[in-house]
Amino acid sequence: MSARPLALSSRIPARVAHAGLLWPSLGVILAFMVAPIAIMLTYSFLVPGAYGGVEWTFSTAAYEQILFERDFLDDSLTFTPDYLIIVARSLLQATVATLLCLVISVPTAYYIATRPDRVKNIWLFLITIPYWVNLLIRTIALLFVLRDDGPINSALIDVGVIGQPLALSYNGFAISLGLIYSFLPFMVLPLYSAFERFDFRLLEAAYDLYASRRVAFFRIVLPVMRPGLIAGSLLVFIPSVGSYLAPDILGGGKTLMIGNLIGTQFQAARNWPFGAALSMILLTITLIVLFWLARRAAQQQMN
Amino acid sequence: MKKSAIFAALLASTSAVPASAAGDLFIYTWGEYTPPEMVEKFEKTYGVKVHIDTYDSMETMLAKLKSGAGGYDIIVPGHDTMTILIGEKLLEPINVSAMPNYQHVDEMWRDVFWDKGRLYSAPWAWGSTGLAVDRDIVKGDDTSLKILFEPDDAVKGKINMLRDVNDVINMALRYLGKPRCNDNPEDLKAVLDLLTTQKQFVKSYNSETKELLVSGEAAVSMSWNGYAMRARDERPSIEYIYPKEGYTGWMDNVAVPKGAPDIENAKLWINFIMDPENAAMITNYARYANGIKGSEAFVDKALAGAPELSPPESAPAPEFLTACTPAVTKLYDRVWTKLLR
Repeated sequence: MSARPLALSSRIPARVAHAGLLWPSLGVILAFMVAPIAIMLTYSFLVPGAYGGVEWTFSTAAYEQILFERDFLDDSLTFTPDYLIIVARSLLQATVATLLCLVISVPTAYYIATRPDRVKNIWLFLITIPYWVNLLIRTIALLFVLRDDGPINSALIDVGVIGQPLALSYNGFAISLGLIYSFLPFMVLPLYSAFERFDFRLLEAAYDLYASRRVAFFRIVLPVMRPGLIAGSLLVFIPSVGSYLAPDILGGGKTLMIGNLIGTQFQAARNWPFGAALSMILLTITLIVLFWLARRAAQQQMN
Repeated sequence: MKKSAIFAALLASTSAVPASAAGDLFIYTWGEYTPPEMVEKFEKTYGVKVHIDTYDSMETMLAKLKSGAGGYDIIVPGHDTMTILIGEKLLEPINVSAMPNYQHVDEMWRDVFWDKGRLYSAPWAWGSTGLAVDRDIVKGDDTSLKILFEPDDAVKGKINMLRDVNDVINMALRYLGKPRCNDNPEDLKAVLDLLTTQKQFVKSYNSETKELLVSGEAAVSMSWNGYAMRARDERPSIEYIYPKEGYTGWMDNVAVPKGAPDIENAKLWINFIMDPENAAMITNYARYANGIKGSEAFVDKALAGAPELSPPESAPAPEFLTACTPAVTKLYDRVWTKLLR
């Protein structure tokens, strides 16, 4: 009996009792993920209420609005690139952020993973310190650093390198920097754990067998690193696509990303169905990326 | 929001609140708008704990109320939103005009078009949405919106616009001499062209105008008068301008949302804020005029003659707008999306 401490009573089979342990997490997923998504999906097929909210009439207008609009002048249904441009910008910003995070994180993670244990922990601790502070506060802090009278511009002007402040804030550059700054540790940590598990004797063996550095990297290191790379890239890409704060605060509200567009629809535009439809699009983009990576990973294994 | 309410409760419980608190009062209002000393005085007088949550736009508040989030006893909607809230039956009729302190309300703010006979709301503060300019950079005494829409070289790249669809489009419509709440496609095309041309000179679309003006990042900014005065405190070269093409006037009103947990405490608060001495605290803190007679006696001397609180003779009268129709809102949103895409 003592070997099966989790079986609630001898009459309930252990398998059933263990399945029961899943209920709390299933409940959380149902209540906080499935239900909200179901509400969003429903709302996206309704008609906007006059001052926010929805009216219970079925309509696909919200989805049509993403690609078409009634013309200002003659009311004809014409193609509009407005929303596609915003979606494309979001994807571009997220891709750039992911790639740059990758470039920064690989050497960082390698360095940390190859330190002695005690030093390793200090580095990991330093990486996580910024996460003790709320993302909003960190984003505003970054704005203070970048702005015209911030420390970077002030220092450069004092030294005499520049006469006028550099345009570091309120533009696409600031948004990119914000995304990288926000999500960098999500890349460093999975990569670190991949390097950590890596058996460096394999690399020595490869060199002993006359592998070039290139071959050793692609044939030995990369396959072992792949899960970490994929996990890190997803963890940076997904929140970046839907990012709201970076374009809002660092971009000065001058260009919208899909997150801001969704926010606007629930507030000033009072078009909840369109906001819901955009959220479904964002969700679909995320799922496509996930499935694509999952399929590639499966193919890799078969090879 | 709930979290901050709990946090506020924790803070309040350590301050000077009598142990025999007669319940709570949950206020949902604009940020930096409610004087702490006023809250303290109310808590001491009535033994009610006050909790404050803030919003940054009418849309945020409206979306939250419409989504069914209850729990607030007091909200502070702008006059144009009052029309929507009353129309959508989202307010409790509390008969403000029958309250003892209603006698102090200025005639001008009694029979207002957004709340005839003051059944639902009391005046909190009123002000205008004009321009704040840095006179070190914008020379002269021009009061035209040209400063904003067709800027001189010195101002290019140093312009801030409020992040508010209606305020921005209304200001553009005034510059073009077109009517407000406009659903004429030709006029809106002209507005979009004007704003798109201007955008290359715009630093940001941001409602934190004070920060931008004080730091010198914005030389010209759309601004509320009270914010402009606070900016002037920290940077004396800031001047608030009442544009000669016209500008928006607004009044924020204290009202009780439907289903408020404690209507009696809400009424206590509303009567309390109509007292001249208390209303003066609003002006001293938030730097906006209140609508209460006799409050002048308690307003800081430095504020009495401030240009931000009293428009010059030459300025046009503020325009109090009603909320635009849903059709206009939809068109405005399209202009906004095309501008920021």
